[in-house]
Amino acid sequence: MNEFMRAVAEYTFMRNALLSGLLASVACGVVGTLVVVRRIAFIAGGIAHCVLGGIGAAVYLQTVRGWQWFDPLYGALLSALLAAVVIGIVSMKAKERTDTVIGAVWAIGMATGVLFLSRTPGYGGDLVGYLFGNILMVRTSDLWLLGILDLVVLVSVLIYYDQLMAVAFDEEYARTRGIPVDLFFIGLLLLTALTIVLLVTAVGIVMMIALLTIPAAIAGRFATKLSHMMIWGAILTIVFTTTGLALSYSPGLPAGATVIVLSGVAYLLVVLVTAPGGRLRFLPVRRHDS
Amino acid sequence: MSRKPVEDRTTIIEIEGVSFSYGGHDILSDVNFTLSKREFAGMVGPNGGGKTTLLKLMLGLLKPATGTITVLGSSPLDARRHIGYMPQHAQIDPSFPARVLDIVLTGRLTGGRLMRYSSGDRERAEIAIAEVGLSEKRTSMFSSLSGGQRQRTLIARALVSDPKLLLLDEPTANLDVSMEAQLHRLLRKLNERMAIVLVSHDIGFVSEYATKVICVKKTVVLHATSELCGDTLREMYGERIRVVRHDHDEDGRATGDCRG
Repeated sequence: MNEFMRAVAEYTFMRNALLSGLLASVACGVVGTLVVVRRIAFIAGGIAHCVLGGIGAAVYLQTVRGWQWFDPLYGALLSALLAAVVIGIVSMKAKERTDTVIGAVWAIGMATGVLFLSRTPGYGGDLVGYLFGNILMVRTSDLWLLGILDLVVLVSVLIYYDQLMAVAFDEEYARTRGIPVDLFFIGLLLLTALTIVLLVTAVGIVMMIALLTIPAAIAGRFATKLSHMMIWGAILTIVFTTTGLALSYSPGLPAGATVIVLSGVAYLLVVLVTAPGGRLRFLPVRRHDS
Repeated sequence: MSRKPVEDRTTIIEIEGVSFSYGGHDILSDVNFTLSKREFAGMVGPNGGGKTTLLKLMLGLLKPATGTITVLGSSPLDARRHIGYMPQHAQIDPSFPARVLDIVLTGRLTGGRLMRYSSGDRERAEIAIAEVGLSEKRTSMFSSLSGGQRQRTLIARALVSDPKLLLLDEPTANLDVSMEAQLHRLLRKLNERMAIVLVSHDIGFVSEYATKVICVKKTVVLHATSELCGDTLREMYGERIRVVRHDHDEDGRATGDCRG
């Protein structure tokens, strides 16, 4: 642990890693809460995997076509937003078997990325980084974009919190109050897309769904309000990413995987010792009167 | 159509020649009825007969294939801020982290607004919660409530916007007899200031409390409550129904007689 603290003090890449982890964590706890209560983890997974398509295209255009300005992070952002709109419209319009369509979009997005990367000489190693996270590779210039994305997510949720809560609790009722429910659904998917881009560098495409859902799920067992679930979700994500980064540093383990295993173990422990509602198991249950 | 203020209207709902189909099946055809101020209509009928569909048409959640629906002198979409709606509570995820107060407040939202809830909204929510008798539970989590308390929470949410028309979908499901009497007292009080349409499986509850019975089985037949007897029920549900008159007094003791 001391070695980790020294590294943070000494190296810019460690400070960047820590800071990008913090930025990702805040959005992750907030949006992850909405993903969990609206049960759209599968949709989030679909959007996440489509990101590889955008990254692949960006890397290809940068290297082969010489579009130097087209950073992979921009590719990730564009493909995530596009996937959010496509999947959102499909889930609203198609009455049946939306899971089939989302699964197809999920795989097609990844396949597109693999094809682009296969046409780009010398990029095999980066593929692993995007899939499983490369938090130690975050550049100072990336932090600006990540910071802006974080700000957009937080301000949007702050402004529309009441509506987001109402739609998440009872979509049909919200519709009868004249709230544009479909617009809010697409909006939530766009926020999810931004959060996913924040998480790509931290834990990678394949594993981010765990970080998006686990901290919120743990918070959900104790929280009495949606806003508390968001705040505790964010705090837990910060704890997991920071601790994971610290634990992985000395033995040289992959940081993303360490973060995910850590949060998975924490979730398992919480599920084992508490009943839903946050009560500790093995204690006498106090019955409420009707 | 005359533009009277909503408060002065005596006709709350006018439905003319409405039909609705879904996936090639006629759910409703040629439905006609009106509902006036102060009326308390019970909507009964077999499963799949179109009760909930008719309710959703009145809310503007569905559009009729033919015919017109007028609520408070305008289209359901324009009238919906004057409609209080209580859906079946089975469709709500009970583990959602929200307190009674947070849920009731969502009834204050309207389409165009951007602002967060005001202190006025909170006051209105407290009043609605008191009206359904849940003040003690106002900061309790929805998941910790009993079935009856959850239903009352959703009724409070429907009341918080001062509706002129209250639509209730199966409020009597999962209620025991004493809670049913409690619900009835509440609805009778509300009926003094708003028209009520109540969907129910429970013909006993409807025949006892409603002033008008709307029987929905693809089309609509209206009855005065007193007409609701064996013959009309047989017509609606088919031959195999037995009417059991089974009354309860306020304490829940059974008092009625049974007729085969």
